[in-house]
Amino acid sequence: MGQDKLKHYEGVLSAVHTLEYPYTRSVGRVIGTFLAGLREGRILGIRGAGGSVLVPPSEYDPVTTESLTEMLDVGDTGVVTTWSWVEAPRAKHPLQKPFAWALVKLDGATTSLLHAVDAGDEKRMKTGMRVRVRWRAERKGGISDIECFEPAEAKS
Amino acid sequence: MSTQQGRPLPDPIKMVTIPSRLDYTITPGEAPTRFLRGILEGRILAERCPKCGKVYMPPRGSCATCAIPTKEQVELSAKGTVTTFCVVNLPFYGQAVEIPYVCASVVLDGADLPFFCLLAECPVEEVRPGMRVEAVWCEPSERKPSLENIRYMKPTGEPDATYESFKEHL
Amino acid sequence: MREVAVVSFAQARSVRRDILRNEVEILMPVVAEVVAASGLSRDRIGFTVSGSCDYLAGVPFSFVMALDGVGAWPPIEESHVEMDGAWAMAEAFTRLQHGDIDSALVFCFGKSSVGDLPDVLTLQLDPYLVAPLWPDSISVAALQARAMIDAGLTSEREMAEVAVRSRRDARQNPYAQLSGDFSVDALLAEPCISSPLRRHDCPPISDGAAAIVLAAGDVARGLCEKNGRTPAWIRGLDHRVDAQNLGVRDLTKCPSARIAAEKAGVSAAPIDVAEIYAPFTHQEILLRRELGLDSKTRINPSGGALAANPMMVAGLIRIGEAASRVHKGEARRALAHATAGPCLQQNLVCILEGE
Repeated sequence: MGQDKLKHYEGVLSAVHTLEYPYTRSVGRVIGTFLAGLREGRILGIRGAGGSVLVPPSEYDPVTTESLTEMLDVGDTGVVTTWSWVEAPRAKHPLQKPFAWALVKLDGATTSLLHAVDAGDEKRMKTGMRVRVRWRAERKGGISDIECFEPAEAKS
Repeated sequence: MSTQQGRPLPDPIKMVTIPSRLDYTITPGEAPTRFLRGILEGRILAERCPKCGKVYMPPRGSCATCAIPTKEQVELSAKGTVTTFCVVNLPFYGQAVEIPYVCASVVLDGADLPFFCLLAECPVEEVRPGMRVEAVWCEPSERKPSLENIRYMKPTGEPDATYESFKEHL
Repeated sequence: MREVAVVSFAQARSVRRDILRNEVEILMPVVAEVVAASGLSRDRIGFTVSGSCDYLAGVPFSFVMALDGVGAWPPIEESHVEMDGAWAMAEAFTRLQHGDIDSALVFCFGKSSVGDLPDVLTLQLDPYLVAPLWPDSISVAALQARAMIDAGLTSEREMAEVAVRSRRDARQNPYAQLSGDFSVDALLAEPCISSPLRRHDCPPISDGAAAIVLAAGDVARGLCEKNGRTPAWIRGLDHRVDAQNLGVRDLTKCPSARIAAEKAGVSAAPIDVAEIYAPFTHQEILLRRELGLDSKTRINPSGGALAANPMMVAGLIRIGEAASRVHKGEARRALAHATAGPCLQQNLVCILEGE
């Protein structure tokens, strides 16, 4: 912004306003079981139409809309299907050092989960790389019970 | 319930609390800025519609009927008439005033729109529509560019206004 | 289907931060202009519908306050969508099909500068399993860009070329925020924000407002004749949604845009001009394919959302820009597209034709 414009704005009244809601949500059986699984250090998917396994699970098949019920354990290792490197994390981001956002297809799943990958350096990220869950020591039954993922291959 | 692999499923979590917080920096706009600068000096500067003549307090920059900008400032006295009110008996989180208290809708003399304010220095059971009230300002040293500069309205002791005089503003 | 045309369009100049004016003050001149340009008096408008989002303003029911800029007293028949104004237009088009009224005002506004937009947009994601991690809108779009690059559907260079063309075209658009001559190589030398996206791959953050007036049949003909415009008839309109969970979608495809384009009848005849709401460079490349557009169609002569992206407004601007080309006789058949949600989740396609 140029000096002229700043001068123009001088003395503009402004107020900081925070919008904060402690939203309490009923999660239903499927998400509730998934979250309870996370608390135990397990990742649960749900069997969908046509042999798919949805992780995270949903109550209905995203293609056929049929009601889904059969939950199953999947692995806590998987493959990065796409990713984005963030050199300067935002204040609300889950890691406060350079990291990647990634969609991770866990072993045994056919869909992907969005989470953070702590790889240290963008050079260690590539599509198709294997990653492993880093569990939080103290788990509460939320998606943040997964602290992040980390590369599962030997360090290069 | 158990999974196909034979491990029992955990009991589902039923409720989760996920707070959401966003921070904003609000600027009031041209007309409210003119108004707030007046309030800072202890003056009430309403604005008049150039077409229908209605006087807005506080002004938001437009005439809601004619959809044109209000530009002409009209200084109002801090006296007005209670059009309607309620008595708050319910405690809630963040409440700033001790219950019971009165929240009133007051149309200032010369304004065409009532505004909401606190009403005090009056027993709760004596508050009534038509009651004449005036502003109690905070000390000049405490003034901010905010309607909070009017701490509350209090009765003037004048005779009540007639229903005819404020029925338009209910 | 009752014939409905866009008869007038107006927009505010998009700016990074309209610090002096509030939403009503931004909106009021735009509504006044579009009503005057329609040739209708305000009291002749049969239906009014707006698009906006309270999370942008940080104020619940901000759309109610916006009515102060419209002249909604005595009470008018009025509605609102918590979406881009393009979807408000879809509601107005549907309302006009009832046949009892002949005209509708559609308006929208968005003042993104008040909050932190990439955080605000997180709230459109799954609130249970995704939003608690606060992935920002740019990073989410970057996942799609990477997937397209990995699939060989685009490259960082081709994406930069989209940005260069958009900013160059925007020089002719007095309402655009970001315009000028840039070199692809210079843009590619910039660092990434969320790789593979650089600043030029992302839309600017904008404050703005826009409005259109729709009219049916002979009313539209009469108004446009009086104003020396060709009516921009809405010959096709459809909107579709993809799955909400990003992990179940193939991000290199956009079935909702493809189906909406088919249902709107894109392929029935050549498209002269397309105004596509692609907030990120790779999304224009994806949408061109899904909408079935070839190199004969002029894409985003306005500069598109990469030149100005007022949230809740940029979609209606696409419809207005496309309609304006038809009004002036510069296009016989135009396509307007709007999107909402992460990675082009929701898509609307509108076909506009002259007589």
